[in-house]
Amino acid sequence: MTNRILAKRELAPQITLLEVEAPRIQKRWKAGQFIIIRPLAGSERIPLTIVDSSAERQSITMVIQAIGKTTKEAVAMEPGQALCDLVGPLGEPATINTGQEVVCMAGGVGVAELLPVAKAFHEAGSRVTALCGARSDSYRILDEELMGVADVLQWATDDGTYGFAGNVVQLLLSIAGPGTFTEGHVIGPIPMMKAAAEATRGWGLKLHASVNPVMIDGTGMCGGCRVTVGEEVKFACVDGPEFDAHLVDFDELTRRNRAYREMEQEALKHDCHIGLG
Amino acid sequence: MAAQPPKYKPNPKAPRQALPLLNAEVRSRTPEEVALGFTPEQVSVEAQRCLQCAKPTCVDACPLHIDIKRFIARLADNDWQGAHDVISEQSPFPGVCGRVCQHELFCEDSCIVAKKWDPVAIGSLERFAADHARLRMKELAGSYPQPTGKKVALVGSGPASLIAAYDLVRLNYQVTVFEALHKLGGVLAYGIPNFRLPREILHEEIARLQNMGVEFVVDFIVGKTATLEELFEEGYEAIFIGTGAGLPYMMGIPGENLVGVYTANEFLTRINLMEAFKFPDSPTPVRVGKHSVIVGGGNSAMDAARWAKRFGSETTILYRRGRAELKARLEEVEHAEEEGVHFEFLSAPVALYGDENGYVREMECIRMELGEPDDSGRRSPVPVKGSEYRIPVDTVVAAIGQAPNPTLQKVTPQLITKRGKIVIDDHGQTSMPLVYAGGDVVRGGSTVILAMKDGRAAAKAMHEALSVEKPEEVEA
Ligand SMILES: Cc1cc2nc3c(=O)[nH]c(=O)nc-3n(C[C@H](O)[C@H](O)[C@H](O)COP(=O)(O)OP(=O)(O)OC[C@H]3O[C@@H](n4cnc5c(N)ncnc54)[C@H](O)[C@@H]3O)c2cc1C
Ligand SMILES: Cc1cc2nc3c(=O)[nH]c(=O)nc-3n(C[C@H](O)[C@H](O)[C@H](O)COP(=O)(O)OP(=O)(O)OC[C@H]3O[C@@H](n4cnc5c(N)ncnc54)[C@H](O)[C@@H]3O)c2cc1C
Ligand code: SF4
Ligand code: SF4
Ligand code: FES
Repeated sequence: MTNRILAKRELAPQITLLEVEAPRIQKRWKAGQFIIIRPLAGSERIPLTIVDSSAERQSITMVIQAIGKTTKEAVAMEPGQALCDLVGPLGEPATINTGQEVVCMAGGVGVAELLPVAKAFHEAGSRVTALCGARSDSYRILDEELMGVADVLQWATDDGTYGFAGNVVQLLLSIAGPGTFTEGHVIGPIPMMKAAAEATRGWGLKLHASVNPVMIDGTGMCGGCRVTVGEEVKFACVDGPEFDAHLVDFDELTRRNRAYREMEQEALKHDCHIGLG
Repeated sequence: MAAQPPKYKPNPKAPRQALPLLNAEVRSRTPEEVALGFTPEQVSVEAQRCLQCAKPTCVDACPLHIDIKRFIARLADNDWQGAHDVISEQSPFPGVCGRVCQHELFCEDSCIVAKKWDPVAIGSLERFAADHARLRMKELAGSYPQPTGKKVALVGSGPASLIAAYDLVRLNYQVTVFEALHKLGGVLAYGIPNFRLPREILHEEIARLQNMGVEFVVDFIVGKTATLEELFEEGYEAIFIGTGAGLPYMMGIPGENLVGVYTANEFLTRINLMEAFKFPDSPTPVRVGKHSVIVGGGNSAMDAARWAKRFGSETTILYRRGRAELKARLEEVEHAEEEGVHFEFLSAPVALYGDENGYVREMECIRMELGEPDDSGRRSPVPVKGSEYRIPVDTVVAAIGQAPNPTLQKVTPQLITKRGKIVIDDHGQTSMPLVYAGGDVVRGGSTVILAMKDGRAAAKAMHEALSVEKPEEVEA
């Protein structure tokens, strides 16, 4: 049965992996693409990155950080249940070049989203340095999987409980400078992506950022996901989600992503009242 | 029901019956349907206004060729179900068309009665027949023969595909409709508001196709989830593309990405498809502030404005031409006016200004005057120098038109397009063999009934092509 949850695993507090049966998407997806799900019939549509797939099990894997109503609904589901809706693969695949010195940077749940990109670079014959960030040692995810695809893997934790003490961008600056890398990919919280872009401006590094605006349809129909890239307005769900990190207007993205904050909180509380939250 | 004589004496002089409406003040606060529909008494009077012409011009003018004369005769005879049966010969969507079809441009425009009096209210009669057949539709559910013929795929579930599905399933084709969104109906589901088209009506008319054996697959984006080539490999022998014109145009003015600035598609999708009017009982919110400005003059603009009004916002439609040039259905313009939507004609936005948090707060507008007629024959608006002025605003909706959805075209370079629109020949066939197209993806923004006309034409062409290919004809 399509959309059925085959496996569920908690990777870290609030971060859950779901493996879902999706034969068509499994066959067609490429690194950097995403899906939209509605866990339940009454749910919002939310975008999630495709992290992995299995041809044998006809499945795809997603890793979800439960931060709001819909993500909580999703991680509350159990194997055997089916997601109400699952559509994809959406967006353009990530830019994957061969023979590059690549730095892949991610923080938080972005580490999971980074995995397929790092893997694709690796398989394309680029040398991959993965720099991953977590709040603390116990929040590190997919360490083993990343080890299998990165030539170098380094962790940064905010509290210094594992690896470099500090954030990913500080880690980057401690090991690299102009010319160290020819290409890069960054994915994670907006402040981190912005800092990575600022830090590497003028390095001659082609840095791709995978952005995460609020989306609805994911098919280019509503324009809600628009992002300013250089002089142009782009629809992240069809033109992206990957753009040139040095051209993305991250401040605008931050403001647009906050648009519904109070309302989302209201929605979360609202459901708690009737015991669904 | 008292038996009526089958023949009546036409009385075209009787005043055209006015469609009863919910009180304007009440309706500007609820998502309930605005038009209530004729009473049986009104149906009787209105049906008897029809002359039962020997050469009913109305039937030719209806792009679906519904036998209007005959269904009106049945209504006049109080045979409401019979009227629905007559309509069903050509269309399974009288509930939809009776509400949103631009009948003033088609059937009613050519009604003979209009030569001397007001035309017969064909649209409202059609709607009545539909509304009174709803219960029986459920009873009929199990009684349709299931198709066994060749497989065909229809892409998109808007009106173009829906009518094609009806025609093809009746010709015994196994029809699959692929829809990108999680709900069926295209613009009927995400664009047109509930207060103009209650969703039960749409769902029930689509359910009838389901009962007839049409398979609907939601969450399936042709070009992404599977390509056209893959569909052919999976055994579909012909494909119709009815993907619509969903790509919104942007205004291209400074401040367009401020919070509170929407395209009509996003605004309407949040409210109609995701039911933001029920938030927080529904999960997707929408921001409607105290002052809403809707830019544009078409159906989308009216719909967005009337929703904004229903959220309690002071609402203005800003249009760069005059009232006479509005492109929306006249009825919708009048309803918007009655509901208290303010119209500001001959004005256009030039910039938007926000506060420190990036929320839109002010719109700068410029006055326009009508200059020389352009290519389309309409007088084009020209900005009046130095006439800029600012208005406070916290919600802006750009309803300035849409281009064809590009997803499928982007991954199918063999499909020839012209400015984004898929190019077809006289039979609705695209540049790819056995791939047909119609509706908004071919016409750009158009109307429900013209999309249906295209879907019907394509279904016919598909049937002809598939019947010729192999000699054993598919039986109707
Ligand atoms: C292309 C793309 C890929 C993504 N991949 C992943 C992934 O692999 N794993 C994962 O855990 N998350 C991913 N996200 C983010 C995820 O979609 C949001 O966390 C989710 O929509 C929040 O929904 P909610 O109802 O749980 O929270 P809400 O209550 O809706 O929101 C909680 C907070 O998240 C912000 N937010 C709301 N909607 C979105 C949104 N669509 N995108 C980003 N932030 C949002 C709000 O501003 C709010 O502050 C991705 C987003 C995009 C655009
Ligand atoms: C707000 C609004 C109000 C309107 N009001 C009226 C009115 O009152 N009267 C009137 O006559 N006309 C009206 N129109 C115009 C009318 O709705 C359209 O002309 C008509 O719906 C076009 O039908 P269609 O079948 O071509 O496409 P659509 O109705 O646009 O349907 C296309 C469908 O295809 C889906 N799709 C797109 N790409 C893919 C893909 N690759 N794979 C699978 N599915 C895909 C879309 O999600 C969509 O559901 C209105 C339009 C709007 C936007
Ligand atoms: S479908 Fe439209 S044109 Fe045809 S009879 Fe109905 S209202 Fe008139
Ligand atoms: S043209 Fe008018 S009067 Fe004549 S049959 Fe049609 S609806 Fe009746
Ligand atoms: S999410 Fe609607 S256009 Fe991208």
